[in-house]
Parts: sequence; structure tokens; C-alpha cells
Amino acid sequence: MLVDENIAIEHGLKSDEYKKICKLLKRTPNLTELGIFSAMWNEHCSYKSSRLHLKKLPTKGKKVIQGPGENAGVIDIEDGDAIVFKIESHNHPSFIEPYQGAATGVGGIMRDIFTMGARPIANLNSIHFGSTQHKKTRNLLRGVVHGIGGYGNCMGVPTIAGQTSFDSSYNGNILVNAMTLGLVKKNKIFYSKAAGLDKPVIYVGSKTGRDGIHGASMASASFDEKIEEKKPTVQVGDPFTEKLLLEACLELMEGDSIIAIQDMGAAGLTSSSIEMASKGNLGIEINLNKVPCRESKMTPYEIMLSESQERMLIVLEKGKEELAKKIFDKWNLDFSVIGKTTNSKNIELFFDNEQVAKIPVNTLVENSPMYDRKWKKTKLPKKNKFKKDIYNDLKIQDILKKILSNPNICSKEWIWQQYDHTVMGDTIQKPGGDSGVVRVHGTEKAVAASVDSSAIYCWAHPLTGGKQVVAESWRNLVSVGATPIAITNCLNFGSPENEENMGEFVECVQGIGEASKYLDFPVVSGNVSFYNQTKEVGIKPTPSIGGVGLIKDYKKMITMDFKENNNVVLIIGKTEGHMDQSLFARIILDEKNGPPPEVNLFNEKNNGKSLLSLIEKGLVKSAHDISLGGIIVALSKMCIRGNKGIKLNKTKNLINEIEYLFAEDQGRYIIEINKKDLNEVNKILDKNSVYHEELGVIIEKDMVINSKTKVSIDELKSYNTNWLSNYMSS
Amino acid sequence: MKSSVITFPGSNCDRDMDVALSKFGFKNKMVWHDDNELPKSDLVVLPGGFSYGDYLRCGSMASKSKIMKSVINFARSGGLVMGICNGFQILVETGLVPGVLLRNRYLEFICKNVFIKPANKKNLYFKNIDKDILEFHIAHNEGNYFCTNDQLKEIEDNNQIAIYYCNNKGQIEEKFNPNGSIKNIAGIFNKEKNVLGMMPHPERMIDQCLSGEDGSLFFKNLINNIKNAS
Repeated sequence: MLVDENIAIEHGLKSDEYKKICKLLKRTPNLTELGIFSAMWNEHCSYKSSRLHLKKLPTKGKKVIQGPGENAGVIDIEDGDAIVFKIESHNHPSFIEPYQGAATGVGGIMRDIFTMGARPIANLNSIHFGSTQHKKTRNLLRGVVHGIGGYGNCMGVPTIAGQTSFDSSYNGNILVNAMTLGLVKKNKIFYSKAAGLDKPVIYVGSKTGRDGIHGASMASASFDEKIEEKKPTVQVGDPFTEKLLLEACLELMEGDSIIAIQDMGAAGLTSSSIEMASKGNLGIEINLNKVPCRESKMTPYEIMLSESQERMLIVLEKGKEELAKKIFDKWNLDFSVIGKTTNSKNIELFFDNEQVAKIPVNTLVENSPMYDRKWKKTKLPKKNKFKKDIYNDLKIQDILKKILSNPNICSKEWIWQQYDHTVMGDTIQKPGGDSGVVRVHGTEKAVAASVDSSAIYCWAHPLTGGKQVVAESWRNLVSVGATPIAITNCLNFGSPENEENMGEFVECVQGIGEASKYLDFPVVSGNVSFYNQTKEVGIKPTPSIGGVGLIKDYKKMITMDFKENNNVVLIIGKTEGHMDQSLFARIILDEKNGPPPEVNLFNEKNNGKSLLSLIEKGLVKSAHDISLGGIIVALSKMCIRGNKGIKLNKTKNLINEIEYLFAEDQGRYIIEINKKDLNEVNKILDKNSVYHEELGVIIEKDMVINSKTKVSIDELKSYNTNWLSNYMSS
Repeated sequence: MKSSVITFPGSNCDRDMDVALSKFGFKNKMVWHDDNELPKSDLVVLPGGFSYGDYLRCGSMASKSKIMKSVINFARSGGLVMGICNGFQILVETGLVPGVLLRNRYLEFICKNVFIKPANKKNLYFKNIDKDILEFHIAHNEGNYFCTNDQLKEIEDNNQIAIYYCNNKGQIEEKFNPNGSIKNIAGIFNKEKNVLGMMPHPERMIDQCLSGEDGSLFFKNLINNIKNAS
């Protein structure tokens, strides 16, 4: 088939991009070459709309071993240990085929982690669905949860935390973001940079089939009503093969045979081979007849663009082929020497003794398009003036019932019970807490991880929203007693070609950057997912932030459940009564406008660090950060989990009681301390100029809010626990 | 006391079992599925996981792997063999214990703590154990124990039921049955009581900071019983 501009456009390239290809090659590409360009130059692989802005993110820090640009980021957790972690999206495939889409998302991110030599030790996920009234939501949720569980459970990696939200903006475009943490010795990290000439290039893992061809291009386009027809572009996962691949790779990595290794993810053999060559400033030569294929008569085009899962590309030291093959034979995996490194700086493909493609590597990578897209700034919306008399007819208990059973607040046990969260025997904080925590096997250390997003805040004001998500991630780590180290981000947005969506992206990234810089919480890895939109309508901007922190002595980990009667409950951080964009404003008052709560980074840092010092001194019995739903929701969860009640003090604060209880001001935590420690705690907080007040005292079984309002813990539980399982079985 | 844990392709609780056995004093060896010989052992454990990806039927392919011949011989000659979760599924496929394991009642994977009650303590696994009700952990998709009425009668007549799902007070009722198992059965013996298959994972309950410590109780008791019997 002769290539022309129309065929290029069918491949998702723009007319001027096609012209640029012809100019770079000084000729018309053949179909295989065009396929390779389209795969490397699409938004998903090239970051052409986002690169310019991502460069502004802080990526360095004392603990950062590897920032963005590798398969995943790496941080130092002392004693020669390091944590490799990353979050990645699999949104488009999951909407088309929820089980396989979510499953291969989990498989893909785990591969990114063990490619670097790390054994995966924890999975997390952030999943977002349309309105609970929408006809597709139940099936999508069920499929995604089964898919995540199906893959992660089989791999034997615990899923320790996550986040689920429902919002009508995801009706036609759900989000599935999967995150994995792996553990590696600092001196045994593997990278994707090829080095040396004439080194064998090895293909290992599953055979290549026709599945997932153009997956990355599909992920770079918007949806329309014909989306169901794209089902064949969704990859099919086989967690069993991946488990074997994991064990085989880690076994090979014990020795010194590997020069470079790269998993075949988006754009399969194309992007893996080109990335390795590009990083090593080398050429690569591949004989496509040597690629193990699942189906007969696959063409070079199909082999290069297949996104079959569970495959790896390795550049090996010469002479180590036999040793490596033995390991992969043991694990019943395909192993084939498919090519070698060269000094030509070209990617050269051969098939049936003919050269079928020859492209200079730099044209695909350094010369890939980069756009400075037009974007629109979002003004800070005006604050609403809520008249106090609207609260008069409201009963706190009724509001609490409504909010605790809201789909975005209710217990997600129905979901996480379907994930194996205890395999590997090191999970010391299960899902449902502020962060998931796993011990570093065989040591006194533990690693905490949390994944967060606040699409509502980001939608109302992207700059503030971006800051807020990072701050919330920080707080969730602090709440379990972990020192926050670094983050990974998954940036889910609408079309970059739409000025408003692009503006949301630019300003969220700016907010993320400001907060992570101030909090010394750098971004070490991540991924961008644009075109999350159906027809003209984009999703609410949804950056997901995955935070990782270290607990030096796992016995000092904190959980949120209230522990003991008569203990004193304090609130750290000031409550100003910010109601705009709160759950209360949106659900109870049906007010969807207004600015999100302000983020004061000085207070975030000061409050968080002060809480960590209290925890370090052993003064804190339980802790929980205050987020969606305000003080009262945070307290309810602490009561439910600890099966304890609380008697609230009469607030000395001058703001209205409802506003006090439901406001979503940032930088706040609730902590439980023993009465005898009260003086010492007050002293430390005062010394650090941390605003704090006594909220109440722990009692048996009831939440006593004021002289008129008392709710039993069993009632709170019934509001909160059953909503989701009832919904799923109705 | 010597133990062996078999690793099949797709096993994923093999390391956890190794950690647990070693913690409570077993000298444990990991044995590869493709080996012929079983090392000298006082206890052989088939661990949890997804052997052969659970393809065809859970446990079916693993039950035919090379090492299983030795394991079956070992069991037939009276050796202690314990199958946990996927290991239980493998055991039913070998026919060493009766019955089958179907998909969970609500067709969903379940990961949570459950209470179990040993049917009696006249066996080396639960003899002298200090508690009547234990808190263990389950994590499975196919743990719904089923057998024919004739088989059930035989199992009951021979006291082959090892453990039941119950609540924290030991009540064995349908509402405390997590997966739809017939008679709330969580574990089964062979006739001779040297082979135990059970869905719950005691190896995940060996530290207070994990899901609980009743697994520690189980393993401590087990190694003592084996010592005293030998």
C-alpha cells in the first residue's frame, strides 16, 4: 500500500505532522514506517502537548534516585533500599472493555516496576465512574473491580489502598489509574539505556498477537458513539504469564547479564526498541521473523504495533544468551534473540530477508512534535454568601445520614474486599485508612502510600485544586506517621486542543508544582492522559497524585480508629468555615459554584511536621486528616472504625455550628491523645505556632454532637457501610 | 522438624508460608514443581496462589505436575500434607481429600478475616490448640466447598470435616458463611487425618500488626504436635 496524507490522517497524524515526517526522512515513509511514526508521535507516547509544562515540575530532591524519564521513579529509603513507583492511566480501554482494560492497566504498571529490578510490593488505584444513576455505571464498576482484582490477586501483590469517585462528567469516559510500588536494592536498579555495540537484543515473555494494535493511538483520541467498535484495540491480559515473567526477570537480574531492559507497553516493540536505542544514542537492528508470534502471517506493521501484553525487550551482555535462555525456559516463557545494537543510530527492521523500515532514531524521539497549545486561565470564582437562616431547618443527624451514605463518602469495602490486600504478609494498614502501609520485608521499616484526587476542586479552580491534591496526599501520609518523600502523578484531562481543557491542565500542573516544591515532595514519575472526553465534553480535570512516605519504625504507625475512652480529641489547624465546593454545599444546598478551599502551604507543612513530631514522641493514639465532608465526617469515620463514641465540646469558635462541622478548610487533622499527655502536646503545638483546639472526649458508643443531637455508632455505621453493596446488588 | 513448601508456576503464597514455617521453628525447604524427589519432610505444604493461572480448573494442572507423584505417595504413606487455598484446590483435584471447590456464591473474590471452629481436636493439626474459635484470613475466588450427599454422609461419619466458618462466638450459621460452602465447611481431612485442605490462610496471621495472631497459635501448636508424635 502506498502511503499518502489521507492514510497518515487515518493513523491519527495531523497533516503538518505528516509533512514533517516526509521532510525528516527526505522521502515518503512506507506503511510500517508510518505506523511507527504514528505510534511514537501520538499524544500518549510523545507527550507533545504536555512536555512543555511538565518540565516545570520539581523532580529533584535528596531522596530522589531517579526522576521522570525512566520506566518509573526511584526514591531512597535508606539502608541500601529503594522504592520504585509510578502511576499510570488505562482510561480509554477500560471504558470499552472494563475487565481487560483495568486488568492490563494493572499488569502494565507492575511491568514498569519490575523492569527496573524491583519486586512489586503494593498496588493502589484511583478509579472514577459516571453518575450512580447512569445506566452503564454498575457494569463498568463491576468490570473494573474484577479486572483489577483478577490481575493483582493472581500476581500475588497486595492492593493496599485506592480511591473511588462518582461524577456525571465521567459518564462517557471513566478513569482507571493504577499505581505500583516495588522494592529494590539501590545498587541493583536496572535502566532502559542501551549501551555497547553488537549486543544481542532479546525478546522474552508472551508471543505477539494482533491484539491492541493502535492501542496508544486510540488512547490519544476522543470517543464518539462508535466507540464500541474499538474493542479489538483493547489488549488482553494474562496475569499468570506476567507472574512467570516477573520471577524469570528477577532471577536473571540477580546476575550481571542485563545491560538494559524495557517492557513493551504502549506501542509495544516500537516504543521499547526505540526508547532503548534513543537513550543509548545507538542504532538497533531487528529481524522481525525472529519475533515469536501467536498468529500466522503477521506483517511487519502488525508485529511492530501490537500491544500484546507480558513482553520485555532486553539488551544482553554478549555470551550470556544461553544462561538467560535457561532461566526463561525454566519459567516456560518465549526467549528469542531478535536483533542487535548498532552504531547506525537508525532503527532498521528486516523481514523475509528484506529491509522493511529504516528510520533515524532521533527523528522519532527528539524531533517528535511539541506544541505550545493555547490555553485559558480560570478565574477564581466568587464566594457564595450563605445566609445563616438556611441552616435553621436542617437537622445535623439528617445531613450526616445523607453525607455518610453519599457514594463519594461511603465505605468502599465492597471494592477492596475483592482485592487481595494481605498477600506477601506485610500489609500493616489495610485499605480504608488514610494510607495503605506495608512493611519492608524483614526490616523495621514500612512504606506508606496513598492516592488522591479532587476533581471538584480542580474544576472550580485548577490552580488551587492542583495544590490541594498534593497537600491532601501529604496529609494522608502524615496521618499514618509516615514522612512524605515523593509523588507520582497521573494527569487525566479532556482535549488539549480545547483551550479550556488545556488551561485546566496547565494550571493544575502549576498548582501541583508549587505545592510539591514547597512541601519538598518532588514528582518522580507519572503519566498524562488527554482526550478523556466524549464528543465535545471533557471530564472534570482529575490529576491523581500517588504519594509515598517512609515510617522508620513500623511499630509507630498510626491508624484512624479511636482507641480508648476518656482520651482527648484535638483538632490541628484552623477551621474558618469554608463552605464553597464542600460536600455540604453541593449535596445539601445544591450549590455547585464558588471557589475551592484555599491552600496555605506554610500551614500544611508546619501542621504536618508538627504532627509527625508528636507521633515520633509516641503522643498520638489515632489520627485522621480532615477532607471531604469536614470535621464531622472525619470524626464519624474514626468512631466507626474504633467502635467508640465522642462527646464534642461546645465550640468556642464564633462561626455557625453547621459551618464549623461541615466546612472543608485545608491543613487540618484530628488526633487522639491520652489526657496525661495533653500538656506536653499543647506545649509542642504552641511552640510550633500550630493552631489547635480541644474537640471532645472519647466515650462509649455514641456521638454526642450537642445537647440536642446524639447519634449512635451503629447508626453511623449503617449510614456508611452498606450503601455501595446495596447499590451493586440492586 | 523439617517442612517442604512446593512452588508451582503461579504460586504466590509460597514465600509467606516459608516465612511462617521458619518463624515457628520448621527447617523449611522450597521445592520446585518440576522436581521428582521430595526432600525428607515431616510436613509438606501446598501453598496458595494461582498455580498454572487457575486455567482449566483451579488446581487441576498442578495436581498433575511431577512433584505431586511424590507428594501423593508421601500422603498415602501417612505423611502430613497441608494444602492452603489453592493448595486445597490442588488436593481435591488429586483426590486426596473428597469434594470440589466451586466459585464463591456471589461470584466475587473475597479477602477478609473470618472466624473458624475446628470440628474436633482429634488430629495432629488442631490437637491441644488453646482456642476453640480462631480468627483466620481468607482470600479466594473459588472456596465454595461442595460434595454429593453420599460423600457428605461419609465425610461426617468419618469425622473428616476439619473446620467450619462461624462467628466470634462459634455459632456455625449460614450468615457466617462467606462463600456458600456446604455446611459452612472451611477445611477437610482425608480419612486418616494426615492430609488437611483448608481455604483460610494461617500464614497471614502470624503477627499482631498483621491481621491477627491466631496463625501463630496454629503453627506453634502444629510443630509441637509433630514433635510429640515423632
